[in-house]
Amino acid sequence: MVELNAAVALLGRFPALTGVDLRIEAGETILLQGPNGAGKTTLLRLCAGLLAPESGTVTVLGHDLTAGSERRAVRRRVALLGHSTGLYEDLTVAENVRFWARAAGLDAELSVERVVGALQRLGLDDGLLDLPVHRLSAGQRRRTSLAALVVRRPELWLLDEPHAGLDQAGRSVVDKLIGDAVAAGGTVVVSSHELERVRTLSPRVVTLAGGAVHRDTSP
Amino acid sequence: MSRFFADARLVAAKDLRIEARSRVLLNQVAPFALLVLVLFGFALDADQRTLRAFAPGLFWVAVLFCALLAIQRSVSVEQADGALTGLRLSGMSPAALFVGKASAVFVQLVVLEVLLTAGIIVLYGSEVEQPLLVVATGLLAAVAVACTGTLYGALASGLGVRETLLPILLLPVLAPVLIGATRAFDDALGNAAVDGWAWLGLLAVFAVVATAGGALAHGALVDE
Amino acid sequence: MTETMETTDTTGSRGSRLLGVVTLLGLATLLLFAFALTEPDVRLHPTTGQEIGQFDAVRLLYLHVPLAVFTYVAFVLCAVASAGYLVKRTAWFDTMAYAAAEVGTVFCGLVLVTGSIWGRPVWNTWWEWGDVRLMTTLVLFLMFTGYLALRRATVDPRASARRGAVVALVAVLDLPIVNRSVEWWENRTLHQKSTLGELKIQDLTLFTLMLGFLVLGLVLAWLLLHRFRVGWLEREDAGHGVATAIAERRADIDEGDVDAAVGEGA
Repeated sequence: MVELNAAVALLGRFPALTGVDLRIEAGETILLQGPNGAGKTTLLRLCAGLLAPESGTVTVLGHDLTAGSERRAVRRRVALLGHSTGLYEDLTVAENVRFWARAAGLDAELSVERVVGALQRLGLDDGLLDLPVHRLSAGQRRRTSLAALVVRRPELWLLDEPHAGLDQAGRSVVDKLIGDAVAAGGTVVVSSHELERVRTLSPRVVTLAGGAVHRDTSP
Repeated sequence: MSRFFADARLVAAKDLRIEARSRVLLNQVAPFALLVLVLFGFALDADQRTLRAFAPGLFWVAVLFCALLAIQRSVSVEQADGALTGLRLSGMSPAALFVGKASAVFVQLVVLEVLLTAGIIVLYGSEVEQPLLVVATGLLAAVAVACTGTLYGALASGLGVRETLLPILLLPVLAPVLIGATRAFDDALGNAAVDGWAWLGLLAVFAVVATAGGALAHGALVDE
Repeated sequence: MTETMETTDTTGSRGSRLLGVVTLLGLATLLLFAFALTEPDVRLHPTTGQEIGQFDAVRLLYLHVPLAVFTYVAFVLCAVASAGYLVKRTAWFDTMAYAAAEVGTVFCGLVLVTGSIWGRPVWNTWWEWGDVRLMTTLVLFLMFTGYLALRRATVDPRASARRGAVVALVAVLDLPIVNRSVEWWENRTLHQKSTLGELKIQDLTLFTLMLGFLVLGLVLAWLLLHRFRVGWLEREDAGHGVATAIAERRADIDEGDVDAAVGEGA
């Protein structure tokens, strides 16, 4: 599913990843943790095909990501929830989700159906659908952003601190979403500081430090 | 191929919808365009004969200034909340993204040109002698500026110095457009005995090269 | 790579030092010929018998004309290397493109300055708006000023290389269009009849001009060589820096800090 061997990635000239060895099987859920600046975000971006590895090998869903064309190909098959939500401030919630669904190549009919379903699953009530994004709270924005990902039904989920900025109800929604994704046969990589919360979802905890895997535990 | 145009249309419609909601062009850029015309009037001593003689050049300088603002806006829409990352992850072809972004800028430029045309007629007393030439010049120059500008907007995007870098990068490249469009307007507004239609050929060549080159080069810039 | 690190603490080598000496001697010889040994351009008007010509200003042309030619050589080199970079994505092409752009911009600036000084007595103006070559060269200069600004502003070396390559190619593609538009624009040029053709091509004049081409060609090669090596060393240093940074980053992991950060062992 995902395999990294001695993967090094640079941000400018800074070695954000200093040689990561990691293997994730299909259907697995893993929790990524580590101190700030350990390279969690860079690792997720690398797996999403947004960065080229400087050295080492990265294989995701059968794509060898050292090649530019393979990085482009893998991007469609993964979902990355990053720190920024990737929403357009002046468009409404529904318009944003619909835009991202169609940008991912889903046809209009299908996307409307999926959009409604996704928004409901994320507990965004109908009143919010026609609000412009700049009127939303941080938690609502994150849910909207997640809805845009759910619609795409990706094979690999890369979630960078999905719980950040959410209230208890929101966190439960995220947990349920991860559970659903796993149930549907998806592979999920979550980086989170919410250790206890994610532990219940995933037995495998990978700790990053200094841009490399420091500990890999499956109790 | 149909996916290509569907994607381009999707992006263009999205940008235009954002403009319709935020009204940045209408509330900020358009008044700025008129302000530029008024400032030229002050600078040139408000002599209408002088203004009329220089109207084509002043018109196109004003278009370029406004184009800079429209392009900055087009870039910042994608940068504000990391939407560009989302677009890269969507698997959309960079060429389609380019055509979409450039089309939206093109539409906005045409609106500005209509406004500025009214401006020089009212403020400078210009008279449109060849409407067809004015329209053709306006459309071709807008294609040239929108495509070159979108490419250069992508070049400067993500840099802290984007606002200051874009003009120095973009304006020299657009020098032929400024010259060509000004001369074509000289003819169309009856200011000088030049062959405006010949200048239109130059603009057409520039527009074609900018569209094709931009679509090709955009991939190298947007993809990581 | 590591063994070369020890020896390359300078951009000079025996070959380039020899080239440098020859270039500097050549430059001195050129200046001697251009400013002292050749005659000023003075002719008698066929009917009035007045003294006409470029007088001492002609001496600048021995520098100006070769500089102009080699400016274009440098920029074409930059464009070719940029295209090479976009296809092959290797550091060699990028380093060459950047070096050629930088040296080319310096040459281009000198062309404009020498041309302007020459134009004051001969054309009776510092600047001639309608002149095709003058305007084209100015636009080219501005475009490459933008190129250098962009490269300096971009921190990520790969992004810098890619964006620079696109700008260089656009600049060179745009050039014929700029040239054509200025030519039609004013439809006049003071440059047209190669002014050198009007000179009495004495043996010494021709020799000095040829010497100018030779010497400034050497100057271009010499500067390019060193600028290229500086770029290359910078890259190696950055690569070396990355290796060190990786080692430091990995050595720097503190077990206690990690546990504290992830909330274990407390």
